[in-house]
Amino acid sequence: MSKILVFTEFQNGKIKRSSQELLQFAATTGNTVAALVLGSTDGAQAAHHGATEVLFSADAGFNSYNPELFTVATAEAIQKSGATVVLASSSSTGKDLFPRVAAKIKAGVVSDGIEIKITGDDVKVKKPFYSGKCFATATFENTNVKIVLMRPNQLPVAAADVSKSATVTELTFTKPSLKTIIKDIVKGTSEKLDLTEANIIVSGGRGLKEAGNFKMLNDLADVLGATVGATRAVVDAGWVGHSMQVGQTGKTVAPSLYIAVGVSGAIQHLAGMSGSKVIVAINSDPNAPIFQKATYGIVGDAFEIVPALTAEFKKVLAH
Amino acid sequence: MKVFVCLKQVPDTETKIKILPDHSGIDTAGIKWVMNPYDEFAVEEAIKFKEKNPTAQVWAITAGPKARAVEVLRTALAMGADEAIVINAENMDAITTAEALAKVIQAEGGAHLVLAGKMAIDNNQSSVPQMVAEFLNIPHTSVVSKFEATPESFTVERDADGGTKEVVQLMSPALVAANKGLNLPRYASLPGIMKAKKKVIKEIEFSTLGIAATEQKVKYAGFELPAEKPAVKLLTGDATAQAAALVQALRNEAKVI
Repeated sequence: MSKILVFTEFQNGKIKRSSQELLQFAATTGNTVAALVLGSTDGAQAAHHGATEVLFSADAGFNSYNPELFTVATAEAIQKSGATVVLASSSSTGKDLFPRVAAKIKAGVVSDGIEIKITGDDVKVKKPFYSGKCFATATFENTNVKIVLMRPNQLPVAAADVSKSATVTELTFTKPSLKTIIKDIVKGTSEKLDLTEANIIVSGGRGLKEAGNFKMLNDLADVLGATVGATRAVVDAGWVGHSMQVGQTGKTVAPSLYIAVGVSGAIQHLAGMSGSKVIVAINSDPNAPIFQKATYGIVGDAFEIVPALTAEFKKVLAH
Repeated sequence: MKVFVCLKQVPDTETKIKILPDHSGIDTAGIKWVMNPYDEFAVEEAIKFKEKNPTAQVWAITAGPKARAVEVLRTALAMGADEAIVINAENMDAITTAEALAKVIQAEGGAHLVLAGKMAIDNNQSSVPQMVAEFLNIPHTSVVSKFEATPESFTVERDADGGTKEVVQLMSPALVAANKGLNLPRYASLPGIMKAKKKVIKEIEFSTLGIAATEQKVKYAGFELPAEKPAVKLLTGDATAQAAALVQALRNEAKVI
């Protein structure tokens, strides 16, 4: 039996869904599951999702993300735990941290995994290339530690089992002298999930005609608990910020439901969202390429259909 | 004072990807190769830095098959880079690429600042910049949309998840990986293009860098296109009827609401 170390991320004192997915998946592989928790939070929660060991450090330095400090601590945690597989979410922190950790401990790392298979020590990961224009399967060689960063929403999550507990050990590590200083953190104004973690996305393109019309999408998104995305064209036009861009030069997303409004379906946009489970296209042009990727299509005027849809969802979801 | 910009040549975003019959990779025939879009922001920031710090020299560096990879260096030279180095190599994974880049940067006397794009749009790994920083033992920040320099340090803004911005100070030397929004990359000027054509590009063979084959950690195989989607189900009627039909379908058929 080998050991899987899961880098466990928290939000508002709770384990993020993306980390719950990884802990619960790791528990199904028959290996020992250890959770790494950096920051002052209730790390013991990891046991409720399948970890039997929790390695934590409540050092104040972990309250914000400092790549140098996190690299040293994570590398030591991997080595001390004896883990041969490390799982983390392909989040902003995961994607920044683990390549540096991999270089430090001379390990292999694969990011953006969408399917994973672990048999004993053997790890296979399917991941998109060109933001999803094609896929390939990664295998590891010449490495004692295999690091996989999985995209959120790819693995099932069951309810927490609060009866379970774990051995909790405090992580000690040699603090480096830091050349990185976090001066300020300005929280995003949105309470919504990041696009990469959202389960439902409502996305707008040039068909919306002007920036102010995104309000219509926000209204629909509020009813659905969705996050709003956008195409490159409208980001480049300055209607919305780049953090909302979906596509090959923006974010690659794979929600359960993607509603594209006034989006024609440029090849680089399709690359970023065609992994979505269900795609709805609303467009006045019946020949728009987006319809070739869509599950459901509505040919018509977005300015009539979106408010009608918002009203209909309100009605149905109220019950 | 040297500024290194790490570059990658990638297929243009409009490329329709085709898979080789043995699924070992993509068919590169007919592909238009361009500078990775995020690297353009890195080149622009390096040139802006040089304009403010006249003693700075901008070195463009890439690792790849040299016959085509030099083109990405010529683009950087045409934009205003001073020197260029190609490491001739094929089929390297992220860690060996990063190690090769770091070794060459060190051999050239090290860097005051290393710039790169936050991600290459081909394999979407977002790995090489952070790995180069680790090999050079310098601090890094990635996904940067704002950059300011003083002689001792750099102050940058990092775009984290959910629209959060982190303001980070890095003691020099440091590595900064660019996000879209950092700047507006300039077009190459005609004299710049002419000069870039004549410039001698330094060539280094990967095999001379002392990186063993066993340093390679990740292999990719089984390349495949996404599964064909079934035909779209078009919903008809007036807006109210279409909306009602869609909500029903999402709830009862697709079961995603």
